[in-house]
Amino acid sequence: MDLAELHAIAERERARRKAVRVLCCTSSGCQASRSLELFHQLEAAVTATGQDEAVEVASVGCMGFCGQGPMVRVEPANLLFERVRPEQAPEIIAALAGQPCSVERGDPNHPFFTRQMHVVRRNGGIIDPERIEEYIAAGGYEALYRVLHDFSPAEVIQEITRSGLRGRGGAGYPTGLKWATVAKSPGERKFVVCNGDEGDPGAFMDRSILESDPHLVLEGMAIAAYAVGAHEGYIFVRGEYPLAIQRLNRAINQARKLGLLGSQIFETAFDFKVEIRVGAGAFVCGEETALIASIEGRRGQPRPRPPYPAEKGLWGFPTLINNVETFANIVPIIENGADWYAAIGTEKSKGTKVFALTGKVRNTGLIEVPMGMTLREIVEDLGGGSPDGTPVKAVQTGGPSGGCIPARLFDTPVDYESLAAAGSIMGSGGMVVMDDHTSMVEIARFYMAFCMDESCGKCVPCRVGTVQMHRLLSKIAAGQATPVDLEQLEQLCRLVRETSLCGLGQSAPNPVLSTLRYFREEYEALLREDAAASANGKP
Amino acid sequence: MAARTLTIDGRLVSARAGESILEAARDAGIHIPTLCYLDGLSEVGACRLCLVEVAGSNRLLPACLTPVSEGMEVQTATERLREHRRAIVELLFAERNHVCAVCVASGNCELQNLAIQVGMTHVRYDYLNPVCAVDISHPQFGIDHNRCVLCARCVRACDEVEGVHTWDVAGRGIHARVITDLGVPWGQAETCTSCGKCLLACPTGAIFRRGTSVAELERDPKRIAQIVAARQERW
Repeated sequence: MDLAELHAIAERERARRKAVRVLCCTSSGCQASRSLELFHQLEAAVTATGQDEAVEVASVGCMGFCGQGPMVRVEPANLLFERVRPEQAPEIIAALAGQPCSVERGDPNHPFFTRQMHVVRRNGGIIDPERIEEYIAAGGYEALYRVLHDFSPAEVIQEITRSGLRGRGGAGYPTGLKWATVAKSPGERKFVVCNGDEGDPGAFMDRSILESDPHLVLEGMAIAAYAVGAHEGYIFVRGEYPLAIQRLNRAINQARKLGLLGSQIFETAFDFKVEIRVGAGAFVCGEETALIASIEGRRGQPRPRPPYPAEKGLWGFPTLINNVETFANIVPIIENGADWYAAIGTEKSKGTKVFALTGKVRNTGLIEVPMGMTLREIVEDLGGGSPDGTPVKAVQTGGPSGGCIPARLFDTPVDYESLAAAGSIMGSGGMVVMDDHTSMVEIARFYMAFCMDESCGKCVPCRVGTVQMHRLLSKIAAGQATPVDLEQLEQLCRLVRETSLCGLGQSAPNPVLSTLRYFREEYEALLREDAAASANGKP
Repeated sequence: MAARTLTIDGRLVSARAGESILEAARDAGIHIPTLCYLDGLSEVGACRLCLVEVAGSNRLLPACLTPVSEGMEVQTATERLREHRRAIVELLFAERNHVCAVCVASGNCELQNLAIQVGMTHVRYDYLNPVCAVDISHPQFGIDHNRCVLCARCVRACDEVEGVHTWDVAGRGIHARVITDLGVPWGQAETCTSCGKCLLACPTGAIFRRGTSVAELERDPKRIAQIVAARQERW
């Protein structure tokens, strides 16, 4: 495979395209609402009306507005249909010929779409993720070609460093610095690992990227492997994402057949092979050392760091671990240059971030916005506020490791530092909106139940401390607690945060701490009055 | 091997390069409580009892896994550490049923000793009272999961010293349990060589020799280290 052949594939693909494209989302969310059946009905309707020559129906990835799915978009007319049922397929196809159509119409100029900036999700809802030709026609694998022919590994790392990209898994570690560390670590073998073990309640960004544009992640991994000197890669995906696994498998096979993965890629000396490892559904396996143990075939439990995986990772060799979204950012950076990327976002948080906007908000789904957009803009402009007009009370960001930010702080820009200052974190990008009917004690209890169930059981504070915290929260929620219990809860928060072995335990108290910080009165209102009175020395 | 000089609790201490803070402290006669650590086995840093404060680090670091470095300043017994250690031991006592009065290991139990060391006079947390089985299917030994603290010393002794890996851990969080083979009763575990190293390694009365009554269980966990040293030095 050389550049001419790549361009030839792209040309053939463009020539194959028909004048009208009916794009039907077949990602997991829409499939749950019968979009696969809808897709087949659309195809049948095109054939039945004899429009095969001019109209093609394509199965595409996520369009983002998941709450309104299944979605169908018609190009080039830019018609958008929402909540489409399979039996409405003939109506949509008839509408192409100007017939009246009663299917719910979406507004492509809705702020939900117009306020976004698609870098990572640029192909989502546009290309068929199961056809490598469509990815190539969209410019795919040209960045890898350029890197292999025009860049030295050090230059790639320099470019990523200059872009200011930070890890999208949550902690925001500078990506270029991590790559440089792995590149410099001596080792006979090196590995690149893609962390697709997304497990935060309410988050589905990585699943969507893998389902909608698997080649973007593969190409990003290949570029990373070239930069750090690795020849083997693993994608660790949770078993709960069967469609993502299926599409990734297909993508890997397609890329291998075309010589875009494997040996002597683009007729250079660079070899890179990728394998998928399916996780058995343990949240802790998203922690990098537990993930490594799991890939190695051992029980998915974390180990203390240092040594960091960059130095000693898979089977003791230097290993680069990045999250799905981080790898998905690599190709756009190489294509458009570090300066372009660095111009997006804020001073310390560059680029865009994909969020899964859910909860008590009118427009739920995936959004990709430039860093620095305020929570208010996201919740009110893109999200459209709460569905029934009840005032929005808070936003939970960062999943179980994150915290709740109250409405009065909604002018906080979404970047790593500002969220941390507000007592939360970016996390992988879950964003759950809560309204005035939501009990913050219940929210804290929900996340603690999650952490308690997902604790691996290795270290004592996380294994037992989370259970005791959950019991105390249950006691408070049931109106059975006293001020002493609240005090004990706060002590446990400190203990579990300061002494747990890995990030799961260290961050498990965050939802409790942040709700205590901003909504303490809700906890206090639930304490038993008689106990409160006796604690105050009253008879 | 190059020597390193550091201070532990304000005392100047010399240590070999590559040595852990725990080893350096013990050589200097400074006691840091441990539970999952056992000489001769790999360190896992799971019990969190040996956490220490190191100047320049805002995190607490496990002494068993943190190598010494030149000029390092370590505090092993600050008020914060003492408080955390007591709370961790309390959490362990609240997790399963550690009733010393009816335990084979009473008087010879590391958990019991720890409670005394950290000054634990009572447990502030709810007792979780889980239903835990006692497995006496093995002809010589038994395991009472009520006494298990999941330190995984049996798992490591079996894997690293005996080389068998009969023991492992299954389940998550509070439901985690040590198991033999793929969760079969110990007596049916075909890989078990009945060597008894797990019994030597166990810090509590969880693994016991059958026929042992209350407070009769005596062991010498140092023998694990002796076996390992004997192999390495080819005694």
